[in-house]
Amino acid sequence: MDRRNFLKTAGVACAAATGARSARAQEHDTDPEEFVGVLVDTTRCIGCRSCEIGCALAHNLPVPDVQDDGALEAVRTTSETSWTVVNRFETDSGEVFVKKQCMHCWQPACTAACLTNAMAKTARGPVTWDGDKCMGCRFCMVSCPFDIPKFEYDEWNPRIQKCNLCNERLERGEKPACVASCPTDALMFGTKRELMEIARTRIYAHPERYVHQIYGEFEAGGTGWLYLSAVPFEQIGFRTDLGVTPYPEYTRDFLYAVPVVFFGMPALLYGLNLLAARTEAVRGAPNGAEHVPSPENPSTSE
Amino acid sequence: MAEASTGVSGGRLRFILSEMKPRGRWLTPFNVISIPVIIVGLVILWFRFTQGLGSVTNLSQAFPWGFWIGFDVVTGVAFAGGAYVITFVVYVMKEEKYRPIVRVTVLNGFLAYLFYAGALVLDLGRPWHIVNPIIGNSFGYNSVLFLVAWHFLLYMIAEAIEFSPAVAEWLGARKARRLLHAMTLAAVIFGITLSMLHQSGLGALFLLAKAKIHPLWYTEFIPILFFVSSIFAGLSMIIFEGTISEKVLKEYLGDKAGGHDNLVFGLAKGAAIAMFVYYFFKLLVFLHEGHWSELDTPWGWWFLVEVLGLVLLPCILYAFGARHRSLGIIKVAAVLTLIGIVVNRLNISVIAFNWQAPVHYIPSWQEIVVTLMIIFLEIWVFRWVVTRMPVYPGTNNRPAPAIDSD
Repeated sequence: MDRRNFLKTAGVACAAATGARSARAQEHDTDPEEFVGVLVDTTRCIGCRSCEIGCALAHNLPVPDVQDDGALEAVRTTSETSWTVVNRFETDSGEVFVKKQCMHCWQPACTAACLTNAMAKTARGPVTWDGDKCMGCRFCMVSCPFDIPKFEYDEWNPRIQKCNLCNERLERGEKPACVASCPTDALMFGTKRELMEIARTRIYAHPERYVHQIYGEFEAGGTGWLYLSAVPFEQIGFRTDLGVTPYPEYTRDFLYAVPVVFFGMPALLYGLNLLAARTEAVRGAPNGAEHVPSPENPSTSE
Repeated sequence: MAEASTGVSGGRLRFILSEMKPRGRWLTPFNVISIPVIIVGLVILWFRFTQGLGSVTNLSQAFPWGFWIGFDVVTGVAFAGGAYVITFVVYVMKEEKYRPIVRVTVLNGFLAYLFYAGALVLDLGRPWHIVNPIIGNSFGYNSVLFLVAWHFLLYMIAEAIEFSPAVAEWLGARKARRLLHAMTLAAVIFGITLSMLHQSGLGALFLLAKAKIHPLWYTEFIPILFFVSSIFAGLSMIIFEGTISEKVLKEYLGDKAGGHDNLVFGLAKGAAIAMFVYYFFKLLVFLHEGHWSELDTPWGWWFLVEVLGLVLLPCILYAFGARHRSLGIIKVAAVLTLIGIVVNRLNISVIAFNWQAPVHYIPSWQEIVVTLMIIFLEIWVFRWVVTRMPVYPGTNNRPAPAIDSD
C-alpha cells in the first residue's frame, strides 16, 4: 500500500468514524475527464447485427453468423463468447431491435463488489476487468443489476467476459467497435453530457416518436449507455424496477459502521470484562479465576 | 545447550509422529461411509481444477453462487458462531459454568472456518489469486467481500490463539502455554469483534443483489439478521454437536460427559432469547416492507415455513424445554433451528436468488459429494484432535512428557 492510498484510507476511516458522509467526493476528485458512453436510438436500429460482428472482431471472439435470423427468435443474453447481442421484441408499435451489453454504470455494483479491484471504472468511463487481479469469486455477477459479467465455467483458468467499451480503442482515440460498425447511426459515441443533450433534443423535436424517458439517465444511479425508445422500456427487455440509487450506496452504511464497531466493540468488551471481574471479586467467590487450577489446566497445578 | 535443545525438539518430533498414528478400531460405520466419499470427492476436485467449475457443478451465468457458497461458506460460518458466543460468556462475562465446553467449541469454530470457509478456495475461479487482497497489490477497500475475507483470516488466527494452550499442553510446552494463555483475553475480545463484523458482513454481501433476491427476503437489515441468527445458530450447533459427541466419543469421555445438563438448559435459554429477538426483527422488517400480497404465493408459503416453522416453533420449544428441563425437547429444537438456518442462508444466497429465472439452479451430485467430503474431513481432524489433546475436561489423553527445562 503506498502512502497516498494509506492516507486516503485513513481519511475515509476518520470521516466514517466522525459520521461525515463525504466519500462520494473521492470518486470524482481524480477525474479531470468526463465519462464517455453511447446513445442507442432503438427507433433507428434495423437489427443487422453489424455491431455484434464488429465487437467479436475487435476482441477475438467467435464471429456470429448474422445471416441466420434464427438467432433472433428467442431473447438472448450476452455470454462468455459474445459481449454484445441484439434482440428483437414484438411490441405495440411493431418490431423493435435492442442492443444489449455492459451499461458502464457511473457507480457500478461490480466495482463496489470486487475485493481485488479487478473490476474497475477507468477515468474515461469504461468498466474494465483485469485478469491479473481477479480471483474468480463471481461477486460481480451476483451484484450486477443488469446481469452482464459472464464467467468461463469450462476453463481451468476462467476469465470474466464482458464489454469493456473498447477501452483499448478509446486509448488510441478511436470509437468503440460497435459504434464504428453501425450503418444507421443507431449508436452514437460521446460524453454523457453531449449524449443527453442529443437524446433530449430528439425527444423534443419528435415528441410523438419517443417515450419521454432516457433509459440510463438515472437507472441504478446513471449509466454510460443511454437508450431512446418508441415503446415503454419494459416491453423491450429493460428492467424498470432498479431504482435510481447507485449500487455502492446499498453497502455504504454497513461499511461506515465497520470502523465504529472495530474500535468501539473491543473497548466495550474489555469494560464488561473488568466489570465482571469486579463483580466476582466483590462476591468473594473467585471460583475458576485464571490462576486457580482447573481440570482443563493441569499444567498450572504443577 | 544446542545439544539439549536438539534433544528436546527431537523428543517432541517423535512424540508428534507417534500421535499421528491412527488409534482405535478402523471399521467404524463413520469410516466406512466417509472414506469412499472422500476418495470420490478428490476425483471430482481433480476434474474441477483441470476442466473448470462447469464440469462438476450446475453453476450458470444466472446462478454464479451455488451450494458451495450458500451452504459450505455462508451456512458453515453461521454454524461456527458458537465459538464467539461461548468465549464471550466465559472469558468476558466470566460465567464459569460454561468453561468445560469452551475448548471444544473453539476447536469446532476453528475447524469450521478452516474447512467450510476454506471451501471457498474450491469455488474460486482463480484461487491462486486469493492472496491479492491480502498482500496489498490490489486492495478493494470499497468491497464488503474484502472486509469479510480479511476478517475470516484474522478470526482464524484469533481462534488458533484461543485454542493454542490446549496444543501447548498436549506437547508439554509449559513456557509456551503460559505465554499463549496470557494472550487469550485479547484474542477473545478481538475475535468477538471480528465475528460481529463478518457474520453481519456475510449478509451485507447480498445487499448488492437487491435486483435479484425475492422481496420477502431482501431487506437493508440482512446484516443485522445474519448477526443475530449466528448467535442461536452457534448455540444450537453446540447442543447438537454435544449430543453426537456424547454418544460417539463415549470411550474417551467416559462419565465425564454427563452432568452437562444444566449447561444445556442455559444454552437453550440463551438460544430462545436470541431467537425471539430475531423473530421480532423479522416481523418488524416484514411489517416495514409490507409485502402482504407476496404472502399468498408459493414463495410466501415457503417464507412462512422458514419464519414460523423453523424460527418461531423452535424458539418456543427451546423456551419450553429450558423451563421444564426437558433435554429431548431441546434437542428437537436444536435440529429444527439448524435446519432453519440452512433454509434461511440458502434462501438468500441460492433459492430466492434470481427467483424469476426460468431455469433455477439445483446443485449437482458432485457439489453435494464435495460438500460431504469437506464435512467428513473436518470430522476426521476433529476426532484426531479431541482424542489426543486436552479438549474435554478430565479426559485421559496421554499427555506428552514434560520437556521444558523450567
